[in-house]
Amino acid sequence: MSKLTFARAINAGLRKALENDPKVVLMGEDIGSLGGVFRVTDGLQKDFGKHRVVDTPLAESAIIGTAVGLAYRGYRPVCEIQFDGFIYPAFDQIVSQVAKMHYRTQGRVKMPITIRVPFGGGIGSPEHHSESPEAYFTHTSGLRVISVSNPQDAYTMIQQAIASDDPVLYFEPKRRYHDKGEVDETADLLTALPMEKARVVTTGSDVTLVTYGPLVKTAGDAAMAAADEGISVEVIDLRSLAPIDFPVVEASVRKTGRLVITHEAAQSGGLGAEIAASITERCFNYLESAPVRITGFDIPYPYSKLEMHHLPDLDRILDGVDRALGRGNSLSGLEG
Amino acid sequence: MLTDEVGQDAYKAPNPGISAENPRRTGGNLVQLISPEGERISHPEFDLWVSDVTDEQLCSLYEDMTVIRRIDAEATALQRQGELALWPPLLGQEASQIGSGRALRDDDFVFPSYRDNGVAYCRGVEATDLVRAWRGNASSGWDPYRHNIATQQIIIGSQSLHATGYAMGIQHDGADSVAVAYFGDGATSEGDVNEAMVFAASFQVPVVFICQNNHWAISEPVRIQSHIQIADRASGFGIPSMRVDGNDVLAVLAVTRIALDRARKGGGPTFIEAVTYRMGPHTTADDPTRYRDANELEDWAAKDPIARLQTLLRNKGLLTEEVEAKTQAKADEVARELRAGVINMPDPAPLDLFNHVYSTPNSWIERQKDHYSRYLESFSGSTQEGAL
Repeated sequence: MSKLTFARAINAGLRKALENDPKVVLMGEDIGSLGGVFRVTDGLQKDFGKHRVVDTPLAESAIIGTAVGLAYRGYRPVCEIQFDGFIYPAFDQIVSQVAKMHYRTQGRVKMPITIRVPFGGGIGSPEHHSESPEAYFTHTSGLRVISVSNPQDAYTMIQQAIASDDPVLYFEPKRRYHDKGEVDETADLLTALPMEKARVVTTGSDVTLVTYGPLVKTAGDAAMAAADEGISVEVIDLRSLAPIDFPVVEASVRKTGRLVITHEAAQSGGLGAEIAASITERCFNYLESAPVRITGFDIPYPYSKLEMHHLPDLDRILDGVDRALGRGNSLSGLEG
Repeated sequence: MLTDEVGQDAYKAPNPGISAENPRRTGGNLVQLISPEGERISHPEFDLWVSDVTDEQLCSLYEDMTVIRRIDAEATALQRQGELALWPPLLGQEASQIGSGRALRDDDFVFPSYRDNGVAYCRGVEATDLVRAWRGNASSGWDPYRHNIATQQIIIGSQSLHATGYAMGIQHDGADSVAVAYFGDGATSEGDVNEAMVFAASFQVPVVFICQNNHWAISEPVRIQSHIQIADRASGFGIPSMRVDGNDVLAVLAVTRIALDRARKGGGPTFIEAVTYRMGPHTTADDPTRYRDANELEDWAAKDPIARLQTLLRNKGLLTEEVEAKTQAKADEVARELRAGVINMPDPAPLDLFNHVYSTPNSWIERQKDHYSRYLESFSGSTQEGAL
C-alpha cells in the first residue's frame, strides 16, 4: 500500500494500462510535456513516447473522432477532455459515433474508448470549468459512465475502464485531485469490485444517502454529523452512473425506508430524478417518505464567489435528511 | 464576392502547367484525361499513372460504372415501389466513385458517406447489403472488416475524423496502407472535416480526403458553401490538393493513385476535389426541380461520365457487341439479385432491438429486454396477425 493523491493514483493506473497493453494510446491537449493541466499524465510521454501519449491540436471533436478511427484499427484510446465544459464540441462524436458504432455494426466494431473528464466545481474557476455534464451521457445508450470518489477506485477503475470493450466516460472530481488515500497498486483487477457495482461506504438504518464523485466525501461527513444527532445514515457511492447498480440502492432503501440523493449537477432531468423514479417504481411500498433531492440549482454554473451556495454541502445534505425523516427542516410548513 | 468559378463555369479544360509532382497549386485547373466528347487527352504527368491500364481494364471500368448506375436505378425504383424507405442516388458520380474505388488496395480502409455505394461496390459489398439500412432492416449492411470499408456515415463529415484516426493507427503500426475518407462539398463546411485536416496535417498521417463536389448540399449550391474552389481550401491546412474532372474515370484513377502513393511513402495526406454533378435528388425524399435550373442539369448531362467512356471505347474499337452485351447482362443480373434480395429480406426479430448496444451485458438493457419479452409472450396463443 502507498499513500497517493487522487491525481497520482490515476497517473499510476494509466501507467499500468500503458505497460500492460501496447494498444493503449493516450490523447489530449497538453497531456505530453506539461503532463496535463492537472498533471494527471505527468511523466507518461517521457516514458512511453509521443506515439503512445499524443499531444493533440486543440480540437475536442477531433480528439474523440480520431479515437473512433483508432478503435476501428484495434487501438484502445484514452482521451482527456481538459475540462467538463469543453466536452460539448465533442458531443456529436461521443453520442452519435462512439456510443452507437457497436450497435450500428451489429457488434463487429468495438469502441473501447475511455474518455477522461475532470468535472465538478469547488475550485474557484471561471465559466466552463466546473460543470457536471454526466446526465447528457447517461441518457445515451451505448456509453458506460463512471465516477470515482477515492484514490483506490481512481486507480483500479481507470484500468477497468480502459480494459472494457465498451466506451466509458470516466468522470474525475477535480476538487479531490489533491486528496490523499491508501492505494494498493498490486490490486488485481479481476478480483477488484467491478466498475459497474455500487459500494456502501457507511452502513446505516434510518436514511439511504446516494451520491457519487466529489460528494461522496461530503456525504460521509454528513453521515458522521448526523450520527452525532442519533441519525443513522447509509451512504452509497454509486461509482457507475450508467448503468446504475439499482439492486444495491434498492436493498438499502428496503432497509431504511428513506432515500436522499445528492449531486452537484442541476436538478431537472438529472440523475437524482432517475434514481428517485426508479427506486419508487421498484420499492414504493417500502418507502416511508418521498425521495429527496439535494442538488445544484437549475442555473448555469455560477461565478465562483457564489459557488458555495450552488454546491450541496454538509448542511444542505443534513437538511435533506431531516426532510426525508419528517423532522423540522428548511421547508417545514410548505405543502407539496 | 461570389464568383462563378466555383460553380458551373469552373469546369474548365485541363492546364498542362500542373503536375503530379507538385499538385498543390490547382487554381481553376482540372485534371482531365478524357474530354466530355470522349477523346483521350494526353498529359505528360498524369498519363504515367494510368499507362498500365489495358483495354480490358478500360472495359472493366465501363462495366463497373454501368453496373453501379443500374444498382442505383433499381434501388430508386424499389424506393418508389415502397420497398425501401429512402435512397440517396449517385447518378452522375459513377466515375468519381469507380475511378477512386478501383485505385485502392485491399488493405486500405475506406470511410464513406451514405452516397458512396459505388465505392462500396468496388470493395466487394453485395448489392443487397447496400440497401439493408435503407429498408430499415439494419443500421448498416455489412461487416466493415470483411470489406475494409466502414459503415456508411449519415452525419455529414464525421467520417473524415475516423479516417484520420485510422491513419494515425496505420502510422503507429508502421504499415503502408492508407485510410480514405469520402465526403461531399457540403461536408467541407462542417467542423469535423476541418478538424480532420488539422490533425492529418499535424501528424502527417496516410489519409486521402476525397471530396466529390457534386455541386449541391441538398438544396444549397456549392457557391454558398465556399467562396474559393474547394481544393484550394486544403492548402490552408498545409495539405496538397488536386482538382480533377470527377466525370472522367481515368483522371480520377490517376489522381487517386498519386495520392495513395504519396501516403504509402510517408508523404502524408492529400485532398482530392472530384468535380462532378449529382444528376438526381439528394435523396428520394427531395425534388431538385424546386431548387435548381433545368438547364444546369442539361449542361451536365452532356458531360455524363458513362457516355464519354462509351464514346472513347467505341472510338478505340473496344465497345464490341460482345462487350456491350456482357456489360448489360452483368447489370441485369445484379439488378435482379438486388430486387430479389430486397423482396426476400426477412424482417429482424423484435428482440434484436436490444442486441449489440454493448459488448458486455448492461443491467438496464437486460431488464428492459426481459420485460419486453414477457410483454410479447403475453400475446402467445393469440390468433392476431403479427403476434409471436
